[in-house]
Amino acid sequence: MADVDDELEVRVWRGGEDGAFQAFRVPRRESQTVLDIVTHIQRHLDPTLAYRFACRVGMCGSCAMTVNGVARWTCRTHVNKVARKGALELRPLANLPVIRDLVTDMREFFDKWARAGGQFRGASTRHDEFARVEPASVQRQQVDAGIECIGCGVCYSSCDVVAWRPDYLGPAALQRAFTLMADERDTAGRERLQAVAGDAGCHSCHTHMSCTERCPKHLSPTAAIAKLKTAAARAALRGEL
Amino acid sequence: MKRLHAASAAALAHRLSGLALALFVPFHFWALGQALTGPQALQSFLDWTRHPLVKAGEWGLVVLLALHLALGLRVLALEFLPWHERQKSMAAGACGIALVAGLAFALQL
Amino acid sequence: MNAAARLGAWLWALQRGSAAVLAACVLVHLVTIVLATRAGLSAEAILSRTQGSVGWFGFYVVFVVALAVHAPIGLRAIAAEWLGWRGRALDLLTALATLALLAGGLRAIWGVFR
Repeated sequence: MADVDDELEVRVWRGGEDGAFQAFRVPRRESQTVLDIVTHIQRHLDPTLAYRFACRVGMCGSCAMTVNGVARWTCRTHVNKVARKGALELRPLANLPVIRDLVTDMREFFDKWARAGGQFRGASTRHDEFARVEPASVQRQQVDAGIECIGCGVCYSSCDVVAWRPDYLGPAALQRAFTLMADERDTAGRERLQAVAGDAGCHSCHTHMSCTERCPKHLSPTAAIAKLKTAAARAALRGEL
Repeated sequence: MKRLHAASAAALAHRLSGLALALFVPFHFWALGQALTGPQALQSFLDWTRHPLVKAGEWGLVVLLALHLALGLRVLALEFLPWHERQKSMAAGACGIALVAGLAFALQL
Repeated sequence: MNAAARLGAWLWALQRGSAAVLAACVLVHLVTIVLATRAGLSAEAILSRTQGSVGWFGFYVVFVVALAVHAPIGLRAIAAEWLGWRGRALDLLTALATLALLAGGLRAIWGVFR
């Protein structure tokens, strides 16, 4: 693999909330990802740099960061696609507390997932027959459209409403809640609807669609949230909310 | 606000046009309320509205109204209609309709 | 939790419902204004058409009520998200905006229909 005779100017966030950028010069290569850049910095230039990664192949979502102002999976982001005039700016994911450098505290993200009722609750036992769920049914297809979320936080980090309302549950949690509500085997529908409706929930989604725009798995939380809105209205009008 | 794209720009325009209209409406009501004091007061107000700057302002308001309505239709479509990926282009379509409405109004002036 | 959920659902439903009513009213209103402008608006001309007209009165009452429902809900979201208002302040804003629009609007209608 030929090395390209270029260097990249990479500004990386260091420290906590009140940290600062540190500049590094990194050799530019062909087929280089942003994760390669970060790895190079930590291995060869500054071993104190803190960052997260795991699979390196776009399956786990651990490496999500803000690259030139946009939340992305760094292992799936080619430098050629995002470097502006040979420059990169790396920051931790937005809308989350910064632990250090490029690492955020994801607890609030997952706490909101739980608050939105993001766990399946079923009524059958091992003694019952398997549930029969038609995969081609409209309802199941709606569920399937949102089920591949791996909780990477890119949508949460891209959402303006999360930035404006600290208690907003966020796109990932709401989408997960929808996939469970639309699951015909789930029995916690009413409680979950109560958890996701209101100012802190689906009703504060204003269809900016940044979640849908940025989701690395091409899911659409906006679509799921829209269905939560109509479900909530229907339930309220029937006195069932 | 984060980087704007078609849908977030549409949402922002929808919110700002709504805010502008909400601020305009009380003034609009006040002007009509002038008629309470008689046709002369209303007439002098109407004469004032013939001023070119006021006419331009009125045109701006019609565009804002058309824009807010068109973008509102986009929201309704996203919330009630089956999901289609092409809904981004609706934002563009909405703005187009708004401009057409504004132009139509402008031609009348 | 329950109350917040119900409030959210109702505000959403009222917002969309009033939006639909406003869409229709706005179209009729714009067409009317454009036609009136063509005819060369004068106070006598307007008042001669509106005074004593139950039809127009009813139409504009519906218009004002729909507006008094729709606008404050939007303003509430802006105040919460851009000004950080919560709880009492937010409820007060919404209530005041509703009353102000209702009062102002009905007064204006009365002024041209009396």
